[in-house]
Amino acid sequence: MRSVEPGILEDSKKRSQFVDIWRRLCKNRLAVLGMIVLLILVFAAIFADVIAPYDYAQQDYTALHQTPSLKHIFGTDNTGRDIFSRIIYGARTSLVVGFVSLAVGCLTGCILGAIAGYCGGGIEIAIMGFCDILLAIPQTVLAIAIASTLGTGTVNAMIAVGISSIPNFCRIVRSSTMTVKDQEYVEAARAIGSSSFHIVRKHIFPNILAPIIVQATLNIGKAIIMCAALSFLGLGIQPPEAEWGNMLSSARQFVRDYPHEVIFPGLAIMLTVLACNLFGDGLRDALDPKLKR
Amino acid sequence: MEQETLLSVKDLTIHYITDDGVMKAVNGISFDLKKGETLGLVGETGAGKTTTALGIMRLVPDPPGKIVSGEILWNGKNLLKVGKLGMRAIRGKEISMIFQDPMTSLNPVMTVGAQLSEVIRIHEKLSRADAAIRAGEMLELVGIPSERMDEYPHQFSGGMKQRVVIAMALACNPLMIIADEPTTALDVTIQAQVLDLMRSLREKFGTATLMITHDLGVVAEICDRVAIIYAGQIVEQGTLEEIYENTKHPYTKGLFASLPDMSSKAHRLHPIKGLMPDPANLPSGCPFHPRCDHARPECARRTPVRTEVTPSHFVNCLLYE
Repeated sequence: MRSVEPGILEDSKKRSQFVDIWRRLCKNRLAVLGMIVLLILVFAAIFADVIAPYDYAQQDYTALHQTPSLKHIFGTDNTGRDIFSRIIYGARTSLVVGFVSLAVGCLTGCILGAIAGYCGGGIEIAIMGFCDILLAIPQTVLAIAIASTLGTGTVNAMIAVGISSIPNFCRIVRSSTMTVKDQEYVEAARAIGSSSFHIVRKHIFPNILAPIIVQATLNIGKAIIMCAALSFLGLGIQPPEAEWGNMLSSARQFVRDYPHEVIFPGLAIMLTVLACNLFGDGLRDALDPKLKR
Repeated sequence: MEQETLLSVKDLTIHYITDDGVMKAVNGISFDLKKGETLGLVGETGAGKTTTALGIMRLVPDPPGKIVSGEILWNGKNLLKVGKLGMRAIRGKEISMIFQDPMTSLNPVMTVGAQLSEVIRIHEKLSRADAAIRAGEMLELVGIPSERMDEYPHQFSGGMKQRVVIAMALACNPLMIIADEPTTALDVTIQAQVLDLMRSLREKFGTATLMITHDLGVVAEICDRVAIIYAGQIVEQGTLEEIYENTKHPYTKGLFASLPDMSSKAHRLHPIKGLMPDPANLPSGCPFHPRCDHARPECARRTPVRTEVTPSHFVNCLLYE
């Protein structure tokens, strides 16, 4: 009886679609490169305790401002902390901040956007007005404002970065919802007696997932940069916590004599964001059925 | 044989209120539908057929649409006074709808089986597995092997998609189906198949059908009674024979005259002159008088009332009053 086990068949079908997307993604070399860099970072973040040769906060006053050597492959900073170890631990902070703030922004933005797009009317005007106000302030300035209101710390940095990314998601989800809402299958769903919540969840959301995923991957890079910027300004994550932004900040004053102290954290930020963007672009192409070859 | 009246639409008026003016889409439409009967609602594009259907389902987009007045009696209950939840229980369960374009009326990212089970699970307390079995049976019923229920709509042809839509409409054994131009988007051969299927299913389940179409061929094929609609008003209604054999209204005559005829080798078709009036600016009196060959000065002044030709045949035209 084939009809008894629809779950199993459904799974295989979904998997084959996933495989399809995966194949298309693998054709894009840059996207694969970005993915590899991201995987290495995730790996480094998870196993930071094992990989890092020193603790991120361990100071060594006999080895200040060391240039790269075998003992400290990226050198040491102004209090003798190993830069390589701090970058590895910094990957943990940056990725966590990146993902959590993304989740905050994406979830809130999607819900608000879906409500605005689906319901329309006064609710839409209110939500989009709120977004327009947020959009009128540059995203970084907004994050700085929120962070300085909430105070410093990892959690507050995540909230600040998350909130400042809400309007991006809200706008994308709203416009996609409005396109899908007028499709005949949504009308058909209404004609079979589905509730609004059910329609949004089952019919609209899966159809607008692609732009959301793409926006999300592109936003991770932005979130990491923004978090580094906050920390650089002293509003985000505070030393001795390892974070690329605050490493840059504390190394800034020695940049003439010991440029390696800014080069390595700077490179780490750049590579991570580049990897996110390459992967996001590749994913967009892979998810777009119109580019099927 | 006197049959029970299932649906009774009385003086239904639906307007679209836009910034550019009030579009009078449906103006006082009245008709009855008995149990197991098929009524054809025939008219040109923009005559208000779909709006009438959406009105019965209470799915007229509001704003801008507004049901201004009238009554829709469904089993004696006025649908215009039923609440949101009550309407949801009726849609899909008691009245279901088949949409015009099967290409777009199925969700592209859900399997066909999942969409079929969805209707069943909304209206009947069945487990996921039971609903899936029912969905498979429904697919078999419309002639699609049930092993295809885990495929996506894009893997089906147009005719098969329309079969799926029909299966969805029938899944909960509704009392009435509103079919909004179900064959317009299909090839002629597939049209015949789909109509055949609809006819056989109707005989099997005794479902009443409101068939909305502009195709007089489809009407002749499947309907028991016909209502001709023009500019949001029913201008003539009667049994199939009465409309086809004893055509009264000049507009209906015009419709038949504009059909290409195989027997006479005419080089030109005979379209009805002029265009459908703008629903925001309907002509005074009889809405058809500017295009009518038999128009008299009186036609512009007075709106014709429903005139009985036979007990089942009515026409709204001053010629017969």
